[in-house]
Amino acid sequence: MNILYFLVGCSVLMALVFLAAFFWASKTGQHDDVYTPAMRILFDDEPKSDDNHISNQPTS
Amino acid sequence: MENQNETAAATLCYHCGEPLEQIKFTYNGHDFCCTGCKSVYKILSENNLCNYYTYNHSPGKRAEQHSHFEYLDEPAIISQLLDYQHEKASIVTFYIPAIHCSSCIWLLEHLYKIHPAIFSSRIDFLKRQVTISFRHEEVSLRKLVEILNEIGYAPLISLQDVVKENSHSVNKQLIQKIAVAGFLMGNVMLFSFPEYFGLAGFEKQFQQLFSWLNLTFCIPAAFYCGKDYFVSAITSLKHKQINLDTPLALIIAMLFLRTAYDILSGTGPGFADTLTGLVFLLLMGKWIKQRTYHHISFDRDYRSYFPIAVTKLIAGKEKPTAIADIAIGDRLWIRNGEIVPADAILMKGDAWMDMSFVTGEAEPVHKVLGEIIYAGGRQTAEAIELEVIKPVSQSYLTGLWNNENYQTDLKKQNFNDRVAKYFSLGVFVLAFSAAIYWLLQHENSKAWAAFTAVVIVACPCVLSLSTPFTLSAILSIFDKKGFYVKNTDAVEALAACDTVIFDKTGTLTSTENASLIFEGQLDYHEQRLIASLVRNSSHPLSRHILKYLRCDEFMPVSHYAERIGKGISGQVNRQQVYLGSSAMMPDNINIPISNGVHIVIDNQYKGRFQTEQQWRGGLNQLIQKLAKKFQMHVLSGDTDREYSTLKNMFPPDTKINFRQSPHQKLDYVLQQQKAKHKVMMLGDGLNDAGALKQSDFGVAITDNINNFTPGCDAILTGNSLNLMPNFVALSRDGLKVVKISFAIAIAYNCIGLYFAVQGTLYPLIAAVLMPISTITIISFTSIATHFFARKNKL
Repeated sequence: MNILYFLVGCSVLMALVFLAAFFWASKTGQHDDVYTPAMRILFDDEPKSDDNHISNQPTS
Repeated sequence: MENQNETAAATLCYHCGEPLEQIKFTYNGHDFCCTGCKSVYKILSENNLCNYYTYNHSPGKRAEQHSHFEYLDEPAIISQLLDYQHEKASIVTFYIPAIHCSSCIWLLEHLYKIHPAIFSSRIDFLKRQVTISFRHEEVSLRKLVEILNEIGYAPLISLQDVVKENSHSVNKQLIQKIAVAGFLMGNVMLFSFPEYFGLAGFEKQFQQLFSWLNLTFCIPAAFYCGKDYFVSAITSLKHKQINLDTPLALIIAMLFLRTAYDILSGTGPGFADTLTGLVFLLLMGKWIKQRTYHHISFDRDYRSYFPIAVTKLIAGKEKPTAIADIAIGDRLWIRNGEIVPADAILMKGDAWMDMSFVTGEAEPVHKVLGEIIYAGGRQTAEAIELEVIKPVSQSYLTGLWNNENYQTDLKKQNFNDRVAKYFSLGVFVLAFSAAIYWLLQHENSKAWAAFTAVVIVACPCVLSLSTPFTLSAILSIFDKKGFYVKNTDAVEALAACDTVIFDKTGTLTSTENASLIFEGQLDYHEQRLIASLVRNSSHPLSRHILKYLRCDEFMPVSHYAERIGKGISGQVNRQQVYLGSSAMMPDNINIPISNGVHIVIDNQYKGRFQTEQQWRGGLNQLIQKLAKKFQMHVLSGDTDREYSTLKNMFPPDTKINFRQSPHQKLDYVLQQQKAKHKVMMLGDGLNDAGALKQSDFGVAITDNINNFTPGCDAILTGNSLNLMPNFVALSRDGLKVVKISFAIAIAYNCIGLYFAVQGTLYPLIAAVLMPISTITIISFTSIATHFFARKNKL
C-alpha cells in the first residue's frame, strides 16, 4: 500500500503541471481573444493566388 | 436560393448592400451606390483582394472618407499612438468601429497585399481592434491610416485612448485565482472522499497524510484566492460599514481556523473541502458579475469625442498640434466637419456651428466675427480661424466632468450590501448564543464546535451567487434587444427608478431619419435639373434630395463644382444651377439668410430644402405605458417651437423645459434627487453628459452602437426605445427572483443550523449542503429569469 504515497505525489504533481500550463497560456495572452481565431480558421486558402504564405502568418 | 441571391445582387450595392438608386456606378460588372463604394472595390480588385466579397454578401459599410491626417506625421503624436517601436518595425493598435463581419477580418489580415511594408495584422474581433506591425521606414503611420481609410476602415483616433484603456484589465488576475481555486478544490475533494467513505484500519495511516495535504491546500485558498474578501472587508469596516464581503471574509477565516485546529489537534478532518469549494464558487460569481462588453465603453467622456490633434496656425502656416499642447492665444484652423476643441473666439471666416451635441439645438448656429464658440461645436461650412481663450480642460463643456456632485456613487448600496448587515448580525447573535448555551452546560469543546459551525453553515455564499447569476441572465436578455447595461448593479438601479427625464433632440427625435421639406415651387423640368446635379455629389444631403425628387431621367452636367460645407454648382442643359447654403449663392441674388439648402437656377431663387427631425416610432405608446409607473419630465436644449407637439404627446402633468444648458440639466436632475426621486435620464449627446452621470440610471440613446455616446449606465439603440417599459418590468422582476432565492437559501441554512447549534455538524453535511443549495439556486434563478422574460415579452 505504500505505493499510494508515490501515487498521491504524482497526482498532485500532474495537477500542478496543468495549473502551470494554464498560467503560461494566460500570461502569453491566449485567452485574450477567444472569438476571432474561431472565425479565422474558416477562411479558405486562395486557389488563384500565387503566394503560398497566406494563412500561415506568424504572429509577431 | 440561388435565384434569390441573384436578384438581391442586382438591386443592392455590391460593396455596402444599400439599395441602389436610379443611378448607379458600374465597375467590372458590379453595381455600386456611390463613388466611395466603387473606389474601395477598385483598390481591392487591383490588389487581388476580391475574396473579401466571397465570404459575405456586400460586407462593406458606406463610410465617410476623412481627409486630414497631417497630424500623424508629428513625432509626439506618433509616439503616443505606437505600442512598440524598434529600429526597423513598429506595432500599432487601432480601434476600428467599422469591423463587423468575417470579411473584415479577412481583409484587414491581408493588408500586406496592399502594401508590402506591412508584415502582419491581427484582428481582435470583439474589441474591434487591429494590431498592425509595419516597417516604419517604408510606410509612415500616416500612410498606414490613409490606406485603412481608403478601404473603408478608418480608425477612430480620439483624445481618450480607447485601445490603451481597454488593455489593462483586472480580469486576468481573477481568472488565475479561479484556476488556482479550482485546482485546490479538486485535490481537496479527492483527499476528503476516503474520510467520508470510511477508512479500514490499515488505511488509517493515510488519513494523517491526507489531512496535512488538505491543510496545505487551504492556505493558498484562504490567503491567495480569498485575499480580496479580506481586503474589502477591512476597508468597509474602516468606513464603519458592512458589505457582503464582511461576513464572507469572516466565514473564510473561520473555516480556515477550524480546519487548522481540527487537523493540528487531530480531532477531526476539518472543513477543507467546504473552504475550497466556497472560495471557488465565490470567485465564479464574481467573474460572472464582471463580464463586460468588449465593444462598448460606458465611461467615455468628452475626450473620446474630441480628436487627438488640431491644426494650429503659426505665422500663417498650418501645423498639426496635439490637443494637450494648445495654449491660450493660439490660433486654430478648423475645417469643415472638424470639432472645436477649446472655447475660442471667431477671428476669420463664416462659422455655421452644429452645436447639437453640446446644447441640443437641432439647427446649425451662425456665429459672427468676435463671437465665442464653445468647445464641442462642429463646423459645417468652410474653414475658419479661431483664437483660443481657455485651455481644453477648463472649457465650458468639460466643466461638466469636473463637477463636484458626482461623489454620491460611493453611497449607492445594492440589495446584497443592505441585507449583509442584518445577516451578519443575525449570524453573530445565533453563534454566540449557541456557544454560551454550551458553555453553561460546561461542554467547552462543543461550544467551540457550535460557534464555528454556525458561522460556517450560515454562509451567504448563495446570496453572492444568486444576484450575479440572475442579473447577468437579465443583462444577456437585454443585450439581445439592443439594450446594453453596464453591470449588474445598474440593473438594480434601473428597478429602483421612479422618475424619467427625456432629452428631446436625438432622444425623442431621430437624427438619422430626418425628412426633407421643400419650401417653394419647382416644376418637373427644374426637378430634373437639380436631380442631375446632385447625383454627382456624395454628400448625405445630396443623396437625400435625390431620393426626395425621384427623377429617373438625367441630363449631362458640365462645369461641376463642389465646395465643401457650402454646396454644389454646375451647368445642366446650359442652365446655371446653384445648390447649397446662402454663402454659396452668387452675390447678385437676394437670399434670405437662413438654414437649409437653397436653390438658384439661372439667377432665380427657387426656394429651399429644409430638414425636419422626425419623432421616433412608437413614442405615443411608450409614453402612455411609462406614464403609469413614472413621473415624467422633458428637458430640451432646443427652442420651444415643438412645445405643442410635446404637450400633446405627454400626460398633462409633465414638466417640459426648453433652452436648457448642459449645466441646467445637471441641476435639474440634482433637484429631483433632492426631492427623494430616483431618476432615470435618457439622453444622447455631450449636453446630457452631466445629467446622465448624475442620474441614478443614465441611458444614452444612439442609432449606431459604434458612435460616440457619453458616459452612462446603459446604451440603448434607438429602435428599442419603445421596449423601455418591458426592460424596467423585467429588472423589477429580477430583483424579485433574487429575493425569493434568498428565502430558499435561508431555508437550506436552517437545516444546517439545526445541526450546527447542537455542535454535531459533521463536515460531510456541510460539504453536501453547500453544493445542493448552490445548484438549486442557480437553476431556480435561470428558470425564473427566463419565465419573467417571456412574461414581459422580451
